[in-house]
Amino acid sequence: MTESAIRLLELTKLFDGAGEPAVTALTLDIPRGSIVALIGPSGCGKTTTLRMINRLIEPTSGRIEIDGEDASLRPVAELRRGIGYVIQEVGLFPHQTVHQNIGTVPRMLRWERARVDERVAELAGLVGLEPEQLGRYPDELSGGQQQRVGVARALAADPPVLLMDEPFGAVDPIVRARLQDELLALQERLRKTIVLVTHDIDEAVKVADRVAVLNVGGILEQYAPPDELLHAPASAFVEEFLGDDREIRRLALKRVGDLPFEQGPVLDIGRAPAEARALLDDARSEWIGLTSGGSFVGWAHRDHVEEAATLAALPRELPAAQVRASSTLREAMEVIMNSRTSVAVIDDGGRFGGIVTLEQIRSGLAGRDA
Amino acid sequence: MIPALQASNPIVRWSWFVDEWDQIQAALVQHLELTLLALGLGLLLSATLAAVALRYERGAPSITAGAAAFYTIPSVALFGLLVPYTGLSRATAVLPLAGYTLLILVTAIIDGFRSVPAEVREAASGMGMSSRRRLLTVELPLALPYVITGIRIATVSTVGLVTVAAIIGQGGLGRLILDGLRRTFWTPMTIGASLSILLALALDLLIYHAGAAATPWARRRRA
Ligand SMILES: Nc1ncnc2c1ncn2[C@@H]1O[C@H](COP(=O)(O)OP(=O)(O)OP(=O)(O)O)[C@@H](O)[C@H]1O
Ligand SMILES: [Mg+2]
Repeated sequence: MTESAIRLLELTKLFDGAGEPAVTALTLDIPRGSIVALIGPSGCGKTTTLRMINRLIEPTSGRIEIDGEDASLRPVAELRRGIGYVIQEVGLFPHQTVHQNIGTVPRMLRWERARVDERVAELAGLVGLEPEQLGRYPDELSGGQQQRVGVARALAADPPVLLMDEPFGAVDPIVRARLQDELLALQERLRKTIVLVTHDIDEAVKVADRVAVLNVGGILEQYAPPDELLHAPASAFVEEFLGDDREIRRLALKRVGDLPFEQGPVLDIGRAPAEARALLDDARSEWIGLTSGGSFVGWAHRDHVEEAATLAALPRELPAAQVRASSTLREAMEVIMNSRTSVAVIDDGGRFGGIVTLEQIRSGLAGRDA
Repeated sequence: MIPALQASNPIVRWSWFVDEWDQIQAALVQHLELTLLALGLGLLLSATLAAVALRYERGAPSITAGAAAFYTIPSVALFGLLVPYTGLSRATAVLPLAGYTLLILVTAIIDGFRSVPAEVREAASGMGMSSRRRLLTVELPLALPYVITGIRIATVSTVGLVTVAAIIGQGGLGRLILDGLRRTFWTPMTIGASLSILLALALDLLIYHAGAAATPWARRRRA
């Protein structure tokens, strides 16, 4: 799947009357079925680049290939119908209901009414809109709901390509995080080629397969997968743009399941206290974790193990700090920082899977790929 | 000129109202016709001028200035100016009346189209909508609330102005008023003026409700 769906070749845009180009000789390969994030300071030509792809702006020089074909040779209306466009300001039609908004392109394509209705209902479900919201006007929705409608409208005729210009810009961080998760879940199913513009490096790192960092004038500074970008910035500009905490941001890229995690000093409560003592000595640990029937049930202190007749009788003093194999290292670190044990227990639906420590997280980051 | 109020000359003598009902009704219908003709023509001209102003942004100030200048010409003078060309015809009455609606309607249409958010236009084009389809299904409906408000104001002012058309013999409710003035007889004056006011209010209400029905999305904004 490394075949490119969109290729920008030496793309340059010089607006009339502007001294410097808004985009300068931009060459970018966008692989089919992947999410590429365009990121960079305000005015660096991100929107201009998107708008050249669907030809709302014609480039001054250079070329765009879509599926290997020169985009400038295709009829513009047909080209645009194959490219869903989510604009930054959402741009819903205020005089149309949510249903009508989502059905815009299918209606333009003269689909039958029943087919439009069916498609709208399907999309509403896909982006998490309630059926009763379909009859409302955009003004009657929250910002987050409006952005979902914008995404649904762009997806309506099932275009293979999606251009998203800061699609989650207008909502608060909690809703934004949820919409990002939904985008990822959606992408799992739809496998579109998505070009997403964002201001937010965390968003780029979280959702994109590759990130293009642009400098003022639309000059490409680096084009790399998020982990590589954060670990090895290609220029001083990128390094500064990413900030001093870029290694910390990498924590969001890896999952607990990717780590070579350990079983740790953990025993089933049916085992003999002597075994527990041996394990504690081995691990040089103050605490022993107890499981029962495969589930983690708590931590007990070594002082009590010395006297206990059975492990089941041990007082369990500390609640377990829990993470899942699918949790990011960033989430795991958060959990560990907030617990007294400095370890987190991996628990997937009641099944104990091992433990994670800060040391493991640190060495997980050191390796370039997990 | 204004007759004194006396028992023999009350504000309204109802027997006259009943006796002259045919005449009153004819005047009302004429009044309505003149109003609608002037509005229809005015709307047509305004749409054209507004389209030009929107297309050529630099021309917009001169177009609105022209409409404003026209508005300042006294109607009586304008009728007089036209009589040598169009005689004492309907056209002589309708042309100036239509001209007076331009200022209101042209600005309303321009404001309406300018109120369409740029991102809404961009979204429409970005989906591959033709500019014609965008105009008809997106821009026009969104401009409508402004246009409707403009039409309401133009209607009310035109109904009032039509009374003046009586002086060039075009009938309407103005004829009743003139008649009353000539004969120093209150009843026709009162009836002509009252019906003119009622007609203006009725048309205004009608357009308001038609507009509300045509722009259901704006209900919350109106409220
Ligand atoms: N239609 C236009 N005419 C002239 N100049 C333009 C036009 N559109 C954009 N520009 C200029 O081109 C440059 C890049 O603009 P663009 O909108 O692509 O930036 P951006 O990266 O999307 O910025 P932001 O993050 O603020 O949205 C800016 O200097 C802008 O002023
Ligand atoms: Mg932008």
